[in-house]
Amino acid sequence: MSGVSQTVEQPESFVFTDETMAKAKEVLAKYPEDRKESAVMPLLDLAQRQHNGWLPIAAMDYVAGICEMAPIKVYEVASFYTMYNRTPVGENHVQICTNISCWLKGSDKIVDAAKEVLGVGFGQTTEDNKFTLSEVECLGACVNAPMMQINDDFYEDLDSSSTKAIFEALKKGEQPKTGPQGDRVGCQPAGGLTSLKEQANA
Amino acid sequence: MPKLTIDGNEIEVEAGYSVLQACEAAGIEVPRFCYHERLSISGNCRMCLVEMERAPKLIASCSMPVGDGMVIHTKTDKVVEARASVMEFLLINHPLDCPICDQGGECDLQDQAVAYGLGTSRFTEHKRSVQDKGDYGPIVKTEMTRCIHCTRCIRFTHQVTGTAELGGIGRGDHMEVSTYVGKAINSELSGNLVDLCPVGALTSKPFAFSARSWELKPTESIDVFDAVGSNIRIDTRGGEVMRILPRLNEDVNGEWIGDKTRYAMDGLKRQRLDKPYVRRDGKLVPVSWDEAFNTIADKLKGMDGKKIGAIAGDQADCESMIVLKDLMASLGSTNVDCRQDGSKVDAGVRAGYTFNSTIAGIDEADAILLIGTNLRWEAPVVNARIRERYYRGGLKVAVIGEALDLSYPYEHLGTSPGDFKKITGGKDDFSKTLKAAKKPMVIVGAGALARADGADVLGGVRKIAESRGMVKEGWNGFNVLHTAASRVGGLDLGVVPGNNGKDVQGILEGAASGDIEAVYLLGADEIDTAKLDKTFVIYQGSHGDAGAACADVVLPGTAYTEKSGTYVNTEGRVQRGLRAAFPRGEAKEDWAIIRALSDALGKSLPYSSLGDVRNRMSEVNPIFNDYDGLQAAEWSDFGGTGEPSSEALVSPIENYYMTDPISRVSQTMAECTEAFINPEQQKTGTNG
Amino acid sequence: MLKDSDRIFQNIYGIKGDDLETARSIGDWKDTKDILAKGRDWVIEEVKTSGLRGRGGAGFGTGLKWSFMPKEGDRPQFLVINADEGEPGTCKDREILRNEPHKLIEGALIAGFAMGAHASYIYIRGEFYHEAVALQKAIDEAYAAGLLGEEACGSGWKMDVYVHRGMGAYVCGEEGALIQSLEGKKGQPRLKPPFPAGVGLYGCPTTVNNVESIAVVPTICRRGGEWFGALGKPNNTGTKLMCVSGHVNNPCTFEEEMGVPLKEMIEKHCGGVVGGWDNLLGIIPGGCSVPVMTKEMCDVATMDYDNLREHGSGLGTAAVIVMNKQTDIIYAIARLSKFYAHESCGQCTPCREGTGWISRMMDRMVIGNATIEEIDMLENVTRQIEGNTICALGDAAAWPIQGLIRHFRPLIEQRIADYQAAKNAAA
Repeated sequence: MSGVSQTVEQPESFVFTDETMAKAKEVLAKYPEDRKESAVMPLLDLAQRQHNGWLPIAAMDYVAGICEMAPIKVYEVASFYTMYNRTPVGENHVQICTNISCWLKGSDKIVDAAKEVLGVGFGQTTEDNKFTLSEVECLGACVNAPMMQINDDFYEDLDSSSTKAIFEALKKGEQPKTGPQGDRVGCQPAGGLTSLKEQANA
Repeated sequence: MPKLTIDGNEIEVEAGYSVLQACEAAGIEVPRFCYHERLSISGNCRMCLVEMERAPKLIASCSMPVGDGMVIHTKTDKVVEARASVMEFLLINHPLDCPICDQGGECDLQDQAVAYGLGTSRFTEHKRSVQDKGDYGPIVKTEMTRCIHCTRCIRFTHQVTGTAELGGIGRGDHMEVSTYVGKAINSELSGNLVDLCPVGALTSKPFAFSARSWELKPTESIDVFDAVGSNIRIDTRGGEVMRILPRLNEDVNGEWIGDKTRYAMDGLKRQRLDKPYVRRDGKLVPVSWDEAFNTIADKLKGMDGKKIGAIAGDQADCESMIVLKDLMASLGSTNVDCRQDGSKVDAGVRAGYTFNSTIAGIDEADAILLIGTNLRWEAPVVNARIRERYYRGGLKVAVIGEALDLSYPYEHLGTSPGDFKKITGGKDDFSKTLKAAKKPMVIVGAGALARADGADVLGGVRKIAESRGMVKEGWNGFNVLHTAASRVGGLDLGVVPGNNGKDVQGILEGAASGDIEAVYLLGADEIDTAKLDKTFVIYQGSHGDAGAACADVVLPGTAYTEKSGTYVNTEGRVQRGLRAAFPRGEAKEDWAIIRALSDALGKSLPYSSLGDVRNRMSEVNPIFNDYDGLQAAEWSDFGGTGEPSSEALVSPIENYYMTDPISRVSQTMAECTEAFINPEQQKTGTNG
Repeated sequence: MLKDSDRIFQNIYGIKGDDLETARSIGDWKDTKDILAKGRDWVIEEVKTSGLRGRGGAGFGTGLKWSFMPKEGDRPQFLVINADEGEPGTCKDREILRNEPHKLIEGALIAGFAMGAHASYIYIRGEFYHEAVALQKAIDEAYAAGLLGEEACGSGWKMDVYVHRGMGAYVCGEEGALIQSLEGKKGQPRLKPPFPAGVGLYGCPTTVNNVESIAVVPTICRRGGEWFGALGKPNNTGTKLMCVSGHVNNPCTFEEEMGVPLKEMIEKHCGGVVGGWDNLLGIIPGGCSVPVMTKEMCDVATMDYDNLREHGSGLGTAAVIVMNKQTDIIYAIARLSKFYAHESCGQCTPCREGTGWISRMMDRMVIGNATIEEIDMLENVTRQIEGNTICALGDAAAWPIQGLIRHFRPLIEQRIADYQAAKNAAA
């Protein structure tokens, strides 16, 4: 989808809250004074976080003003990067990786489990607005495949039942365990360390 | 200068050339879509790939700078295959709707597909189709499924117009060129997008489905809607003007023209004067040429020449102006003026009324002071040139006058001639910038000189130029930007009051007071015609506008497309347009009308052909011997010495799209006014 | 096999914690001031001696790359660190970012110093939210301890390090696109020339290095370029983070010596191929952009640039994707084609149009809805993309398909025959 969706109701205006503005100023300080454009991506991210996970045009225009750039350049940026949502998303944005490493380890089953529990397909949001389901490309946790990302958190080493359990927990408003769902920590081999072995006891 | 070998031939080119430019210099054609001489290099279409020895891959010739000893091949199998590949990729998602596409016949994609493509397609998947997002306004028609993503249009709105309306939205093969929010392209140069688009994605809305390019006959001409003298091509079919396109002249308009230049032409078909009229019982009734001439002769016979005045309008050609001046002289009148806006420029010192730096000089300027001009409306292509210069970096601009959106940033120094002191005083930062600049310029607008204190404004600007070192060996930074196509030519021919003669204001006041009993308006409509109530008015022109409405005799003349005419642009460049269409109805070429009238008045002028008239022009001023040439004018004293008032400087143009009898009746210009001017005025509340 | 004492990343599994104190306990930030005191030429020489080649995939000599930066000039110079890890199969930088951020930050200081940069931007992929938080925390610690800032480590060298988060575009891992993105634009690769060392971030001289390349620099400087250069094989020196995913019993990330035999490595660290080595179908050894290798090649291949190139593939990011015989490899490659079509920036013609086309053709190949001739046509279309694009994404999209056709053509033909047979039977 490359244009403004006709079906989305766009808010009239958008401004940063004081809290967001304070963060925005920290962001702007990272770049040379005359290079405010560099801040456009982090500022759009802040705007999106403030606005329930999606970017209305008013927010893009607002950020364009702060970064002193033509609004169209902000629209270009917002439409180029997949993490910007230009339409509303649910409270939990569920993004399942189906790329090669995850697929080899059974991401199809994860997708099925998600569709079953949530009752929606890719690109759809549940009626209670709790979940939006998306298919995504590689998220860079391949040795912990299959995996998915929900908002900022990775859930790794999934199988059908652990996936379902995560959704059930979220439905109840609980925070499920993030990272690998099995016993292992991080990216170490599941069968026990094969290098740096003395650390196993540390 | 680097030497390189292209297809076996050694060639030496300027350093900084790209390989593509070097190939062109060597006379070798390299196909391209995204590359455009006046836009930044994007290198995205990949059509210009050539082989460079010792490079592992083919190189994009548009973006590769030449280097000494480079060996380039443009005809190897590898290159031929790459071109065919790119053509195939471009065509897989391009609709094959050439039969209903207005670009057909002058489409780069079509031409290059024939020259470099395979002739067949292996693509069996579904083609991409793109929904048009919003309406680009009255000028540009979109069919974005045809887009090949060359991004010329995007770069144009960012680099040339500075309006930054278009962008590439999305990515991969979903990338679409659009405004995203579906707004119109609000630029006086938007028609150029149609020319830039190598395919039929952006086509001309007013021209839609009206003719095929191969049915059209092109005629070279000169634009008259401002004083830039943009070089144009008038395309006609069966004597009817179908469209107007820019003609490349790097020194004048580059390859851009304003939207009025391009699209006011539908005004040529409306409210035309196509037969002579005489006012009888308060009404204009059609008459024969003889009757019209006799009516004039009866009226003027025995009238004291001092009681006759003549005003030449803004689009008058030099030929008709010199003949009018000579006719008035034969009648004993020195009351002639080509400055219908009341401009206080005088014809004495040419450097004092021309754009001395030349338009191309903008490319070298490093500091520009704009005084009392809305450049964006008074000369959009000149403004774009400044914008382009700004985009390249190293240019500072300041404004004294209205603080308008000129599409580039500037320092606003003040609003009136009272602020000239800031510059001449030497203390202000921009004053120092000008002083330090290698090629500083000042551009004063026509409106600033048409005020009551216009002469003093002119003198003030001269002081600025002199005090900031703008006039020096090899560079003259003093520039007058006229808005009337006829102005510099008129001044060059001395179409200004002679001894004891009256100027425009004098003629109008004389008419009101009874000192002037007859006035000859040569296409002059931008005057206060209420003052002409009691006067016998002869109106010669092409359109039934203000002048004709107050006339006692109407002589149907020709529009600029219907005659061969000479125009001198604001730089002082003498240019000539050729006749593209025939006069309407009984209308005649303007110089010939006056010449014929001179017979009826018993004052036969001694020319029987256009050639004779042009000889006469050269006799009056030898610059008319030098067509297309430009001679540096000598610097001398000009302008008033008084202190100009502190009244704010304003541009004479209230609506870019409607400035003259032709554009005022143009449907397209009316639509543009509706789309771009009215909403703005409502927004700022200036219309109420 | 690599000794633990020769492992640079002593905390790659995050067992010890990511704070400054822990980092110091494993040798980070030790005598950094002394390293800087030896001068920028010494650092560059040491890195050249080590033979370190870029760990982001292209394998260009890191020391040589730094030496392209102007020695003097009036423009600021920048070090940009590429943490936009997104090549399918690759998840090594993530471990550095979240478990050993101080190695990266110290590396940024030393590398920045060596190339005359006072500012470094770390461009981290947006999805690595927690990794970015961990990294920022480490940077804050470093500033607080005086390791960064006006007088980094008391050296007299000013060094600032900033984190810039991406927002979901694989192509931003390409250095030109990354710079564009840092400047607040769409991540579209830039034309070369000019190269970043001349005209990079904000038009200034810039070097873009992978996270791993920078993170190993402090250790190289401390233990000496010769130590690093003695590991691995000539021209393929040192250690390397490898991540093995797919059909192995224990997918994991670990540090190994360059040139380690592929089979041995999988057996040792990953518990072998699911179903045994003989159940191996093929391996993509360097992230999804390199061509797949057959089992026969895997039997003898070693994990280094030169050897894998000899097998018609490449080391890339050393992201080893293992596929056993239960894999529908046509689908696997088709999935990669879909990925490239999704990630093409859309700028240049062959990639924009070509990646979509080959992806659609691959989708048909998966079910066999094609003709035998179309296999050649598909191959030919990938050749039309390859080498004709602005950046390497076009090549990366072409190679997996070329590898598939080269090694598994009979499989594709069989799929087509089966499809035709089923269709005929239905008719």
